Amino acid sequence: MARISLRNLRHCYRHNPAAESDWALKRFELEFPDGSANALLGPSGCGKTTLLNIISGLLKPSEGSVWFDERDVTSLAPDAREIAQVFQFPVVYDTMSVYDNLAFPLRNRGVPGDAVDRRVREIAAMLDLGDMLDRRASGLTADGKQKISLGRGLVRSDVNVIMFDEPLTVIDPQLKWRLRSKLKELHRRLGITMIYVTHDQTEALTFADRVIVMNDGIVVQAGTPVDLFERPQHTFVGHFIGSPGMNLLPATLDGGVTRFAGHAVQMAAAPGAAPVGAQLQIGVRPEFVSFAGTGIPVNIEKVADAGRFRVVETRHEQSTIRLLVGEDTPLPSERAFLRFDPSFTYLYADGWRQGGEPG
Amino acid sequence: MSGRTPNQKAWWLVLPVVVLVAFNAVIPLMTVVNYSVQETFGDNQFFFEGVTWFEQILHSSRFHDALQRQLLFTAIILAIEIPLGVAIALAMPKRGAWASVCLVLMAMPLLIPWNVVGAMWNIFALPDIGLLGHSLNALGFDYNFTRQPFSAWSTLIAMDVWHWTSLVVLLAYAGLSSIPDAFYQAAKIDGASAWAVFRYIQLPKMKRVLMIAVLLRFMDSFMIYTEAIVLTGGGPGNATSLLSIDLVKIALGQFDLGPAAAMSLIYFLIILLLSWVFYAVMTRDEAH
Repeated sequence: MARISLRNLRHCYRHNPAAESDWALKRFELEFPDGSANALLGPSGCGKTTLLNIISGLLKPSEGSVWFDERDVTSLAPDAREIAQVFQFPVVYDTMSVYDNLAFPLRNRGVPGDAVDRRVREIAAMLDLGDMLDRRASGLTADGKQKISLGRGLVRSDVNVIMFDEPLTVIDPQLKWRLRSKLKELHRRLGITMIYVTHDQTEALTFADRVIVMNDGIVVQAGTPVDLFERPQHTFVGHFIGSPGMNLLPATLDGGVTRFAGHAVQMAAAPGAAPVGAQLQIGVRPEFVSFAGTGIPVNIEKVADAGRFRVVETRHEQSTIRLLVGEDTPLPSERAFLRFDPSFTYLYADGWRQGGEPG
Repeated sequence: MSGRTPNQKAWWLVLPVVVLVAFNAVIPLMTVVNYSVQETFGDNQFFFEGVTWFEQILHSSRFHDALQRQLLFTAIILAIEIPLGVAIALAMPKRGAWASVCLVLMAMPLLIPWNVVGAMWNIFALPDIGLLGHSLNALGFDYNFTRQPFSAWSTLIAMDVWHWTSLVVLLAYAGLSSIPDAFYQAAKIDGASAWAVFRYIQLPKMKRVLMIAVLLRFMDSFMIYTEAIVLTGGGPGNATSLLSIDLVKIALGQFDLGPAAAMSLIYFLIILLLSWVFYAVMTRDEAH
């Protein structure tokens, strides 16, 4: 078990990076506390897998270093780092039995036979694989195979971190939640640092205590699921997390007052002075918008029923504003006024949140 | 059922295939079967002989010798080409421009007409003017493939290895490129040695294509004719008279149609039987 720190990390797949866009990872400074459950969340191609491969040692970063506790492991090979990785497609050694698959990493490290046997049986029981130890690994279902690849990591008692690279992609939907709760249970039981890569916000928010949202090679926000929801650091977090995503409205700032289409809007934090020439936006989640007697006048355009609530789409001039309305709340007639909850309304300049503490 | 009148007209659609297969395979094979039980003295007069020719062939030492030579040749060919092909495939670059260059180079021998391969090696190996033959003699080896059985065999095997190892390489390479990177990454993390990666990842993933490679190389080498007849013509003496070469000598050289037909059928059954054995052995594991 270990705390993992990435210091001044940058990575580029090309030899001579010319433009800033050549870097797959830019300016990385990140820490995973010992025993934490982390999720790396972001769209395809944002650098999640690159980051994972750098931590596991399959890739050497172009710049910067990787630390496990007080040890610099940047130049160590993957097998010397004592880590485990579960890949998108289940990796099992087809010709071996389930037992031999689990014993493989221990045998490669010259662990004596009786110790191997004890450890393999212990881990197999933990993963509910106990009754299929003698079976050929190739005959198992996808979730069984994923458990084996996880098990090959867990059998090593000294494992520093377990990394998951979109491990549920090929699992049937009805088995997904079962495997996910198994992972959660293992984390509680073993307290191993875990890093879980995914582009599915539900997976990330249910698995992790700490979610790191990445976009285009940088970390846009790292925090608890509640932080990401209530205090998006960046407009990307606002629209990537949540369904529907955050409303983003064009804004102006004069004399400390934020305005949307001429209407003053109260912010959670005093925006201060925004950078000159920056694109200003007001961000507010549909959950924190409500109908009111006065405020921003809108036309109701569309109502979609989403079960326990309705998503109402309204329009003010060119801007679309969505809000959530309870199932039993009556909707106003076509003309209506909106109110934004000041505690959860933020001003963004070029995408980044203005004012208040940096989260 | 309403509005439909069942009829048998659809059989006409099958007719072209039936005709093709009949003229292509069934009728020639049956002609051979017909010849194999008859004797002729010319003038298109045939006499029924029963299984005489089969008994004669099965008891002839000439057939036994040719069969032994054939088995030895095929065994050597498989023992060299399969491991060598796998080794070359493993050493080839996985991606990039060099991978394409290697693939094209590997495919070249397969594109040369078989009799040209024979002629090339014949000239290449000539002891007086051929590059190989001359060099070997200059280095102090006593090499003459037209006179010494050992030289003839070595040249024949070298030629076949040169000509056909590429096929094994291409098949093995195809098998290797179907392995996702994650397998190699997982093996690295598990601390697997290069041998363990080969034994537990690469070999199992190549198994199916290797089975095809073994079957193809077995059948082709067992039926080798063109290259061998151009290179050595079965000589010196009968040293490289493999089954097909011997068969042609009997059928067209001596015009013994009956014995030649009987020998063809025995030859055919041996190939069929051995192919089945190979297939059964190699797919045995997958049954349970």
